[in-house]
Amino acid sequence: MTNISDWMYSDIVKDHFMHPRNVLTDESTFQPDGKGIIGNIKCGDEMIVVIKVDKEKGTIKECKWKTYGCASAIASTSVLSELAIGKTLEAAYHLTSKDIAAALGGLPEHKIHCSVLGDKALRAAIDDYYSRNGMTDKIQQEQAHIICQCLGITDAEIEHAVLEGARTYLELQERTKIGTVCGKCKEKSLHLLELYKEKYFKT
Amino acid sequence: MKQKIKTKILGLRPGKNRRIYLDHNATTPLHPQVQKALVKAMKVFGNPSSLHRFGREARAAVEDTREKVAEFINAHPEEIIFVGSGSEANNTVINLFSCAAFRKCEIQSLPLQGREIITTTIEHPCLLESAACIAEKGTIVRYVGVDSTGKINMDELKNTVSENTGLVSVMAANNEIGTIQDIKTIAGIVHEKGGLFHTDAVQAVGKFPLDVKALDVDYLSFSAHKIYGPKGIGALYVKKGVPFCPFIRGGHQERGRRAGTENTLGIIGLGKAVEMRKKEMAEESRRLVGLKARFKKGIEGSIPDIRFNGHPVDSLPGTLNVSFAGAEGEAILLYLDLEGIAISTGSACASGSLDPSHVLLATGVPREQVHGSIRISMGRETSTKDVDYAIAKFSSVIKRLRTMSTVPKGV
Repeated sequence: MTNISDWMYSDIVKDHFMHPRNVLTDESTFQPDGKGIIGNIKCGDEMIVVIKVDKEKGTIKECKWKTYGCASAIASTSVLSELAIGKTLEAAYHLTSKDIAAALGGLPEHKIHCSVLGDKALRAAIDDYYSRNGMTDKIQQEQAHIICQCLGITDAEIEHAVLEGARTYLELQERTKIGTVCGKCKEKSLHLLELYKEKYFKT
Repeated sequence: MKQKIKTKILGLRPGKNRRIYLDHNATTPLHPQVQKALVKAMKVFGNPSSLHRFGREARAAVEDTREKVAEFINAHPEEIIFVGSGSEANNTVINLFSCAAFRKCEIQSLPLQGREIITTTIEHPCLLESAACIAEKGTIVRYVGVDSTGKINMDELKNTVSENTGLVSVMAANNEIGTIQDIKTIAGIVHEKGGLFHTDAVQAVGKFPLDVKALDVDYLSFSAHKIYGPKGIGALYVKKGVPFCPFIRGGHQERGRRAGTENTLGIIGLGKAVEMRKKEMAEESRRLVGLKARFKKGIEGSIPDIRFNGHPVDSLPGTLNVSFAGAEGEAILLYLDLEGIAISTGSACASGSLDPSHVLLATGVPREQVHGSIRISMGRETSTKDVDYAIAKFSSVIKRLRTMSTVPKGV
C-alpha cells in the first residue's frame, strides 16, 4: 500500500474510508426497524441509515448505512454506525456532528459539513422507528422543517444559531454552514433570520 | 542511462509501489533536458541589467529564450514579455483594459475602443476573478456561454461583440475538459468590430502548433510548467502596436513592461522546454491521441453508467474527462491515490470551496454528475502499460464506491 501519511485526513478517517464498517450491502433483504435518508446527490452528499432495535432493552442492535459522498462523508457515516450500535435510542438520538468529528480524530475545517449529515440521518431513522411503533411523542423537532436541502439544516437550527449570536447571513453560515452548497435556500433563511431576530431581540 | 532518468523523474518504481501520474494539466514533471539546462544555469547569477560580463552573460541567456519562444509561436522577440506565471499574464491583460478605459495615461492615445470586456463562462479562475474585480470597478464584463461539448456559442459571441467591445478573451484550450476553440474564427469576429483579442493558451501551447500571426491574436498567455518546464515562469505575447500597460511597475525590465529582476533560471528552463516541445510535440500528440482512445475504450468496456465530457474530436490530445454515476470525485481520487494513480476531480469536496466545477456546469453536465467527475491528463511519460493498469484500477475503485453508495448504479 502506498504511504499516505501526508493526507489531510486523520488516521482514523483514513481507516474508516479504506475499511468502512457496517455498510448496507444487503439492502434487498435487510428488514430495518427504522430508516432515515438525508442529503441530496445534487449537493454532493446523500446518506441512508437503517437500524434494528432491541425492543426489550430499547437499544440499537444493528446500524447500517450507505453514503454517496467524499472520503469524510463515508468515514463519518462509518464511525457513526459504530457509535450508534449498543446505545439506547435516547442516547443515540443525542449524538451530534461534534461527536462524530471527535470520534474521527477531528476533521479539516471545510469538511465539517460532511459530518453534519450522519447524525441527522440516524435521528431520522430513530424517528422512523418511533413513528412505526406508536411512539410519536418521543420525536423531537417535530415542528422543524428542513430549509437547506443540501445539508439538511432546519428552521430550528437557524433559530438556535440566532439565539447563540448569529445576526447576519454570514454569521449564520459560519454557525450552521447553511446555504454553502447550492445556495438556493438563501432567501428563505434570510427571512427566518429576520424573523428570529425580531422574535427574540426586538427592542 | 535514459531509462534511469525516466524512472527518477516520475518516481516510477516497478511492481506494487508503482506511481502513475495522470495529472499533466495541473503541472508536468521537468523534462530531463530541462533539468540538465537548469543545473548548468544555476551558475548564471548575474543581473541581466548589469553592464559587466556577469550581467551580459545572463542577458544573453534571457534573450536566447526570448528568441526561442518567439519563434515557437511565430512572433517577434520584442513581442514576448516574461512574467511569473500564466495567471500573471492573464491578470496583466485584463487589468490593462480596466486601466486603459478609465485612466489618463499614454495608452489612451492608442486605438482602444469601448469599456466592455467579453469572456466565456469556462475560463480559468485567474481570468474570471480578474474580470469580476474590474467589473466592480466599473468595466462592463459580458460572458458568452458554451455548448455541451465546451465550444463557445459562436452566434452568441457574434451578437455580443459590438463597437463598445474593447477586449475579448477566450481560452485556446480548456484545462478541465480539453476542448479546443476555433481561435482564428473568434479573433476574426472580434477584429471585424474593432476590438482586441486575447487568448489564454496555457493548456494549448506545446500541445499543438500555435501561430499568433496566422491566428491573428493580439495577446496570448502561457506558462512553462505545463510543458515540462519549471514553475514560476510564463510568457505574455503582446502584438506590436497594441495597447499595453504594465501590471507590475517600477523597473525598466522587459522594456518597461514588467518590472522586477528577470528570473534568469526560470527563463533558461522555459527556453529549453520550448526547444524540446518543438522537437517532440507532434509525435507525442499522435501517441497521446492513441492512448486516450485506448483509455476511453477501456473505461467504456468495463464500467457502466459513465459519460465523457468535452468535445469528442477538438480536444487536447492527453485530456479525458469522465463522470461516474453513483461515485463521488474526491472519494475516487483518494482511492486511486492509494493505488498510486494521480488524477484530479471537478467535485466540490476536493476543491475546498464547496462549489463543483464551473466548467462542467457551464457545459450542462447535471450537478450530481459533476460531483462524480474526474480528469485524466496524460503526458510524455505515460505508457500503454500505465493506461491499462489505470483502467483496471478505475474499474475496481468505482465498483467499490458504488456498493456503498445511495445511488447504486452499475452494480
